[in-house]
Amino acid sequence: MLDNPHPAHVVRDPPREGEGKVAPRLTLSGISKSFPGVRALHNVSLSLYPGQVTALIGENGAGKSTLVKIMTGIYQPDAGEISIDGQATTLPSAHAAFGHGITAIHQETVLFDDLSVAENIFLGHAPRTRFGTIDWRTMRKNAREVLETMRAGHIDADARLKDLGIANKHLVAVARAMSIDARIVIMDEPTAALSMKEIEELFLLIEFLKSEGKAVLFISHKFDEIYRIADRYTVFRDGEMVGEGLLKDTGQNEIVRMMVGRNVDHIFPQREPKIGAPVLSVSGLSHPTEFDDIGFELRKGEILGFYGLVGAGRSEVMQAIAGITRTSRGTISLDGNSIAPKSAADSIEAGIVYVPEERGKQGVVIGLPIFQNVSLPSLARTSKSGVLKLAEEFSLARSYTERLDLRASSLSQDVGTLSGGNQQKVVIAKWLATTPKVIILDEPTKGIDIGSKAAVHGFMAELVAQGLSVIMVSSELPEILGMSDRVVVMREGRIAATYDNKGLDAETLVRTAAGIAA
Amino acid sequence: MKNFLKYREIWLLAGIVLLIGLISTRFPGFADPANLRQVFNDTSILMILALGQMVVILTRSIDLSMASNLCFTGMVVAMLNAAHPAIPIPVLIVIALLVGLLLGAINGFLVWRLNIPSIVVTLGTLTIYRGATFVVSGGAWVNADQMSPDFINFQRAAFLGLPVLSWIALFVIALFFLAMTRTQIGRSIYAIGVNPTASVYAGIDVGRTKFIVFCISGMIGGLAGYLWISRYVIASVEVANGYELNIIAACVIGGISIAGGIGSVGGAVLGALFLGIISNALPVINISPFWQMAISGSAIILAVVLNARGERRQGRIILRKAEAA
Repeated sequence: MLDNPHPAHVVRDPPREGEGKVAPRLTLSGISKSFPGVRALHNVSLSLYPGQVTALIGENGAGKSTLVKIMTGIYQPDAGEISIDGQATTLPSAHAAFGHGITAIHQETVLFDDLSVAENIFLGHAPRTRFGTIDWRTMRKNAREVLETMRAGHIDADARLKDLGIANKHLVAVARAMSIDARIVIMDEPTAALSMKEIEELFLLIEFLKSEGKAVLFISHKFDEIYRIADRYTVFRDGEMVGEGLLKDTGQNEIVRMMVGRNVDHIFPQREPKIGAPVLSVSGLSHPTEFDDIGFELRKGEILGFYGLVGAGRSEVMQAIAGITRTSRGTISLDGNSIAPKSAADSIEAGIVYVPEERGKQGVVIGLPIFQNVSLPSLARTSKSGVLKLAEEFSLARSYTERLDLRASSLSQDVGTLSGGNQQKVVIAKWLATTPKVIILDEPTKGIDIGSKAAVHGFMAELVAQGLSVIMVSSELPEILGMSDRVVVMREGRIAATYDNKGLDAETLVRTAAGIAA
Repeated sequence: MKNFLKYREIWLLAGIVLLIGLISTRFPGFADPANLRQVFNDTSILMILALGQMVVILTRSIDLSMASNLCFTGMVVAMLNAAHPAIPIPVLIVIALLVGLLLGAINGFLVWRLNIPSIVVTLGTLTIYRGATFVVSGGAWVNADQMSPDFINFQRAAFLGLPVLSWIALFVIALFFLAMTRTQIGRSIYAIGVNPTASVYAGIDVGRTKFIVFCISGMIGGLAGYLWISRYVIASVEVANGYELNIIAACVIGGISIAGGIGSVGGAVLGALFLGIISNALPVINISPFWQMAISGSAIILAVVLNARGERRQGRIILRKAEAA
């Protein structure tokens, strides 16, 4: 964790002229919430104003999600007051929050995949016929109307939600909010899984919500988005509110200082790349629907960045190389030997590991102890004809977790009892323990705080210095530019260009990824 | 997690001791070591079956066909014995294991290769295997007088103070304990039960592992087939009809989570013993079989409630993580 040389103190802009005229729609004051062993929020306050977007900013663990759960009636605060339009109130249940017109749009939208768009919009408040049954015709018509007003008429009200992309799912979630006449809209990292174009569409939508007089809470890790869309900010640090005000008066550096308690210049590690011979060569790799004619080379000691919009097929290519999905055509060769991985086990055996994007779902196995998590992909090595050698398993786990400075009381501890950062170390240890030649990192720093990001980047630099080769799939330009030796840009399932990262600029990458001519 | 599991098993053990204590107040001889040995022996088949079911449930699957497999395999070995009494019992046991393995492999193959949910596959084979029993036997029974003395007496032979049946159960328990804690396949079973997605990325073949667990439950069903027929000395199409539910009940009472990934050999054994004690003791203290059913049912619900609480406690840790995130 970062040191905090300064005592926490609240930075509050003095009231401004004209500001007093707008009364806040929702005010939280003195909110505290603790969980066994964790103080999630301590005496925090937050105000949301009609027709304005307030950005809630803070590192992982700052208490943002807890606050959202309090605002949506999922958690009850231990102390503090909630008032809506100046009236003190309580939100004893999700239903009560819904009744007050508070609605939240989450990172991974919480809707129903197998219901239609119209059903999703009107679930729980569907129009009824005289006989009390659902009036489907009116429901479809109203759904279309709501979508029209949001300039989202391209979404078919009868489509199954699961057939929609994430961006359109967000639109449906917003349409739902509109249909219940939501007055307070919470957006919890809505852009995390969106491509640049989709983010633009989302911003148009937020502008629309503002023009409708909704009070919007916008939670994001990305400063450019915050400055782009928000009017106000509130900064949390370690469960306390450390600053709030208008964004137009506040610089990025000032907010970063509030977030971490000191200046953090995110400097990418300086490397002296020692690039060797090609390790992994891919050519003509194709998949019936996801990608076509992919060819590239990865050299020893190199970090190869893969940039592209979400949905460009980067993860799918990596999964094919890692043996998780099959290909229809093409060759993969490692150290000059052609390989045809049919399963993840084949790739791991050959020396290629793929560290997937979703750590919780695809990475740690909560419920198994740490040492068993670390040894999971290496079981073939720590056992003899199917019988585990526990001592070897332990020493394997110990050596890699020590290298990563894992903080745990015992390696037999359930991995679920570790903090997020330490779980991540377990995941990395587990892949390193397979002694790979090539390590593929898919969005390695997505959704993690600045401190942990720097640690991951430092670690990548260390890996390549030891002669490993790294493929880094990332949608974050600074990361791509700061870490890669070369950058492959993918567009719509094909490689659009490959660049040497010398004097490469962000605009070029974005243009290539989006297919815009210079 | 591990500590908590032990904790849960200790509670189950305490419940069993309490139950024995209660029964002893009405029927003083019940807690006699000789009687307890008898109860253990009576429960041996259920314990073995519960262990076979446990590995399946751990992988988020279920095997509803175990009792039908038992019935079919039992019929096959009984008919073989009736027709060729010279075949030695160990050979018959091997045949039972192989026939069971074949039936289990059919389940596993359908689950693995055709990707059909196990509850559907085994609901189908539950009926098919029992129907197949009718086909091979032509609906006829194999009675005690058709079976060779060896066939009937093998499991009753005393060895170091315990019948062979009890020794077989102890051997299977030990084997499962070692397999679940000390082998690659045991570890894989837990991993795919807890987090199948992460297991795929870690290079574990989820489909193949499921195939293997169905092979295991099939072999166990086959072994239990011989043991059951030679114990109750009658082979018919009706053998163990509906018994799959007792097997699953033993697992649930033993703390095996139907959601997969949680459970232990000790739990499954204790769950089976609990049911065994109830069915043994209640008749002798004059409690009607209907109460017996009610008590078993209540035990199942109680076990599920306690287990759900346990899992929620674990969930809170995850929530706390989410809080911090």
